[in-house]
Amino acid sequence: MNRRPFLKLVSAMTLAGALAATAASAETIRIGAVAPKTGPLAGGAAVTQWPSIYLWVDQINAAGGLTVDGEQMMIELIEYDDQTNPGETIKAVQRLATQDDAHFIIAPYGTGLNLAAAPLFDRYGYPQIAVSAITDQQADLAAKFPNMFFTLGTTTALAADVVSVLSDMRAAGQMGDNVAMVNVADAFGIELATAAKPLFEEAGFNIVYETSYPLGTQDLSPVIKGAAAAEPDAFVAWSYPPDTFGLTEQAMIEDLDVKAFYTAVATPFPGYGARFGAAAEGVLGAGGVNPDSDAFKEYAAAHEAVTGEKPDYWASATTYAALEILAQSIEAVGLDRAEVTAHLKESSFDTILGPISFDENNSNADFWTVGQWQGGVFRGVASRGRDGSVPVILKDGWE
Amino acid sequence: MDILITGILLGGTYALIAMGLNLQYGVARIMNLANGEILVAGGYFAFIAYTATQLSPILTIFLVAPLAFALNWLIYRVMLQPLVTRAKTRGQLETDSILATFGLSFIGVGLMLSFFGGDYFSYSFMAVPLELLGNTYGANRVISFVMAVLICGALYLWLNWSRPGLSIRAIATAPAAARLVGIDVKHLSALAFALGGAVTAVGGALISTYLTLDASTGVVFTLKALIIVIMGGVGDVRGTIVAALLLGILETVVASLLDPGLTLAAAYVMFLGILLFRPQGLFGKKPT
Repeated sequence: MNRRPFLKLVSAMTLAGALAATAASAETIRIGAVAPKTGPLAGGAAVTQWPSIYLWVDQINAAGGLTVDGEQMMIELIEYDDQTNPGETIKAVQRLATQDDAHFIIAPYGTGLNLAAAPLFDRYGYPQIAVSAITDQQADLAAKFPNMFFTLGTTTALAADVVSVLSDMRAAGQMGDNVAMVNVADAFGIELATAAKPLFEEAGFNIVYETSYPLGTQDLSPVIKGAAAAEPDAFVAWSYPPDTFGLTEQAMIEDLDVKAFYTAVATPFPGYGARFGAAAEGVLGAGGVNPDSDAFKEYAAAHEAVTGEKPDYWASATTYAALEILAQSIEAVGLDRAEVTAHLKESSFDTILGPISFDENNSNADFWTVGQWQGGVFRGVASRGRDGSVPVILKDGWE
Repeated sequence: MDILITGILLGGTYALIAMGLNLQYGVARIMNLANGEILVAGGYFAFIAYTATQLSPILTIFLVAPLAFALNWLIYRVMLQPLVTRAKTRGQLETDSILATFGLSFIGVGLMLSFFGGDYFSYSFMAVPLELLGNTYGANRVISFVMAVLICGALYLWLNWSRPGLSIRAIATAPAAARLVGIDVKHLSALAFALGGAVTAVGGALISTYLTLDASTGVVFTLKALIIVIMGGVGDVRGTIVAALLLGILETVVASLLDPGLTLAAAYVMFLGILLFRPQGLFGKKPT
């Protein structure tokens, strides 16, 4: 028997063990991250969540780490794939808290997964600065889980600002009263449609076509044809990524003649602009940023340099801002989680989105709500308390 | 009429998804749960070819087909052949192959994630309206339907008129007897499995022109393919085509006339109905 390969293996393992031991003995901050790498939400997390985490860790370590009690500490990232399965999210959080002994855990991705993990963050005393968790239950949740914070806004704000954008267009004589509204039959789409319907009616709009479709529908042409037959002035879809793409493509094919066309999640993805090019011009979507601000430009350039991907025009920057908040809090009060949580509640943080602070419901009151593709860039057109929104333009055909 | 054509176009998509699995399950007796991953891989190939070199997916499929054929032939020879040799009964082979290909599907997802990342991949190809009988349809869907017709037609003719095709059908009907009349079962099973993989990958390349895929969407297509193959009758090309068209038309009728939210329910009601009243599938033969 040839023993050399075996010896090599043993020596390599010894060496690796020694290296791991030195790495562990050096003072690092262990940051846990759990989000989908596979499963239905993986595509969204691959754009919005993971690259911003990698960028943040990269930047902090390149700068020599975070200053904790006068000492420089590097960040060690421990990541888990939750397969878009709440059970896996819970297991991963538990593992991070009990076995990996993580100092902090980055909030998961998606409303459902954040809610699933909240009791564990609470039990182990980890602050949970949630980003991709849009809900109207923020006050109740914050009362129940005092460590949970919200940054990206509420369902009602998201729906109400779409209604007000359309109301303004109508008041300016750009469109009539008829709205077609569809939604994906999933928690997010149902909650938004339920919130939006009374708001549209209150504002005096007629909902001339209304339907829902299952997640993963492979042919959305009946939806667009049904909407087109009702001759709406505006088309609003509370949609998820694959159907956002599918609805837009069908609208192009059917040449859906509307003055305003809105699709929700994934509209601000750079992939959306890349796929539809000039046809995307004038498409409204959830979120937005101020792409002209220096902070965002700097972030976008670093994002692309480090991860090779462009950030989206909505939650990417907020994900990064939530990490900036965590870093600032750690530098201010150290690694004690209870003190960090207390600090989060009472301080104001300077982020790439501008100042962020949390109100009595642990919610950030300043966020973007509606954006629009204009000249190849997705620009914020409506927000709560953010600067730099631009006027809405009319959707003028699909060429 | 509009509904009918939309439904038939969707049925073409479903036929592309299911035809490969039908060959693999019907002849090679491998219930391939990694079918969807092969489909997504074909889509990735078309996506990369299109974004990097502007190569039309219609041409890409001529590259995808031999590559997928070779890959699936290897998978069968290396991974599945030992299971076939070992299996004492057909039931045992099915259990083993389901477990093995289930594992294979995770490997497929993992490989695609590490090579391409988890991002959605989508591109615009022929997303232009095409007028048929006074209504408009996506040109990419029509093209993919035409390709589906060509592929299914070619397969049907080949299986019914060529010597290897007839041998493959002989294996599907009676594997033990086929060996007695001098058919090389081992060789032809590998051929059928590889051919099934190639058809699936080509289907993936065509579907990627109008559906948005990512590395982990494969399982959705595997499930759809399973339903269609079981409805149509295992190992029967006609059955798969008819079942795919029926499903497409049914879903479109329900979405247009009732509510798009009920399409899934309608599809499963039809599936259950067929399982109840014709458990062997639309064109399947009763087990003797």
